[in-house]
Amino acid sequence: MKKSIVSLKEVSFQYDDQERYALNNVTFDIFEGEWLAIVGHNGSGKSTMAKLLNGLQFPKSGEITVCGLPLNEETIWDIRKQLGMVFQNPDNQFVGTTVQDDVAFGLENMGVPRIEMVHRVEDALKKVKMDQFLYQEPHHLSGGQKQRVAIAGVLALRPAIIILDEATSMLDPRGREEVLATVRDLKAEKQLTVISITHDLDEAAKADRIIVMNKGEVYREGTPEEIFSLDEELIELGLDIPFSVKMTKAFRQMGLTFTKNYLSEEELVTELWTSRLNL
Amino acid sequence: MMEKMIFGRYVPADSVIHKMDPRSKLIIIFFFVCVIFLANNGVTYALIGIYTFLMLGFSKIPIRFLYGGLKPIIWLVLFTFILQLFFTKGGSLIFHWGPVKIYEEGLKMGIFISLRFFFLILMTSLLTLTTTPIEITDGLETLLNPLKKVRFPVHEMALMMSISLRFIPTLMQETDKIMKAQIARGVEFASGPLKERIKAVIPLLIPLFVSSFKRAEELAVAMEARGYRGGEGRTKYRQLSWAAADTVQIVLLVVLTILLVLLRS
Repeated sequence: MKKSIVSLKEVSFQYDDQERYALNNVTFDIFEGEWLAIVGHNGSGKSTMAKLLNGLQFPKSGEITVCGLPLNEETIWDIRKQLGMVFQNPDNQFVGTTVQDDVAFGLENMGVPRIEMVHRVEDALKKVKMDQFLYQEPHHLSGGQKQRVAIAGVLALRPAIIILDEATSMLDPRGREEVLATVRDLKAEKQLTVISITHDLDEAAKADRIIVMNKGEVYREGTPEEIFSLDEELIELGLDIPFSVKMTKAFRQMGLTFTKNYLSEEELVTELWTSRLNL
Repeated sequence: MMEKMIFGRYVPADSVIHKMDPRSKLIIIFFFVCVIFLANNGVTYALIGIYTFLMLGFSKIPIRFLYGGLKPIIWLVLFTFILQLFFTKGGSLIFHWGPVKIYEEGLKMGIFISLRFFFLILMTSLLTLTTTPIEITDGLETLLNPLKKVRFPVHEMALMMSISLRFIPTLMQETDKIMKAQIARGVEFASGPLKERIKAVIPLLIPLFVSSFKRAEELAVAMEARGYRGGEGRTKYRQLSWAAADTVQIVLLVVLTILLVLLRS
């Protein structure tokens, strides 16, 4: 039985200056150790979700539980220790003047003794392969490197959950791959739960489970394969489908048959050149 | 170009002065500024001169960097020199031409006050040339710590300073980007009459302003998400270490002060 680590029960949220509910009666669980992608068009409520999860905003009604703690004003600081966030803009979350200072920032806030801090900073930077850049200043780093430092900052606090709030959307393809590979390795190593809020469906395709948000409600929930077989429906929601799924579809229209939707180009290519030789 | 204006200041080198604790450097500069007023005759000025050049020698900073610091104030020094030269009366008349009269005392005061300026600038440039801005911030934070008792927000000031320092290069890069974008749209920053050029700065400043506010907001959210809630109960990662060399330097300044008191007329 999978253990729920974050649960939302009938959560609704409304911004003060808006009539529409940004989140409307949302209920779902996030399980320990999974990689969950929350996808949705702009205004679907996916970013609001991130803000609710670490208490930057509180729901108007409903209940959120993180690591067994009900989320409210009193538990917020304990919950933030368990739940690290990486934001969209690499520059606007870099607080320290150098790489090591930035990683230490969260530890300083928690009042970790200096000797342990030095140790944890080094350790976290090694994990994201940025330990060569201890004294580097942020303006000399690439976007992907800055995001890896941000991940190290989160990691140093030893959280149970990492939320990637559009963390790769401002990066070039190489930086994006760098960051995702880092998170993937860490997840495997530390049994972290990863929640990635994204509109990049190639990124979502690699998740264990996808939740599709639309107009503040959970529209669908399922494995990537299930979700991407929705096809037209996703496009109507303003989402795109991964290139390999599109390609499979195009092949099908040409008369080829496939047993499933291929979520990565590699899978599709392998399928094409191994089992289609007799064409 | 702009980057040099601010960051050209710190010159990395492996010297005794570079390795000093920023706290001792700040203390020394503060007292030096006071002590320099003790000098009032040739011997005492010579002493201060020797001290200053000794420090410069220790710092291994090439002369051209010091010259860079002196250049902007050279006119001010000349102006004070001339003012003292013509308007101080006393001693014997050494030069007379029409209404212009130069007295011995005037010449002496002119030279002394220019020298005082000169030494002050050299010593303060030495501080900024051998200490990174963030070290100065750390030094100030610890030195001003007692002010917390009177509710002076020392930690907040230091954090503000370090965040500003961290964002200066980022905003510079952004300025550069916006400038290029506006040039591509036909704005001319470098030519045309002055009035036009000032006007051209507006489409540069407004986007920069807007984005700075956006950055500030996002940064605040990120800081909160990382558990920042003020200076209370916070530990520090950066550490300052007071070495024997720092104590030696302080003693040296005390010796200088004693000599100045003894030798001044």
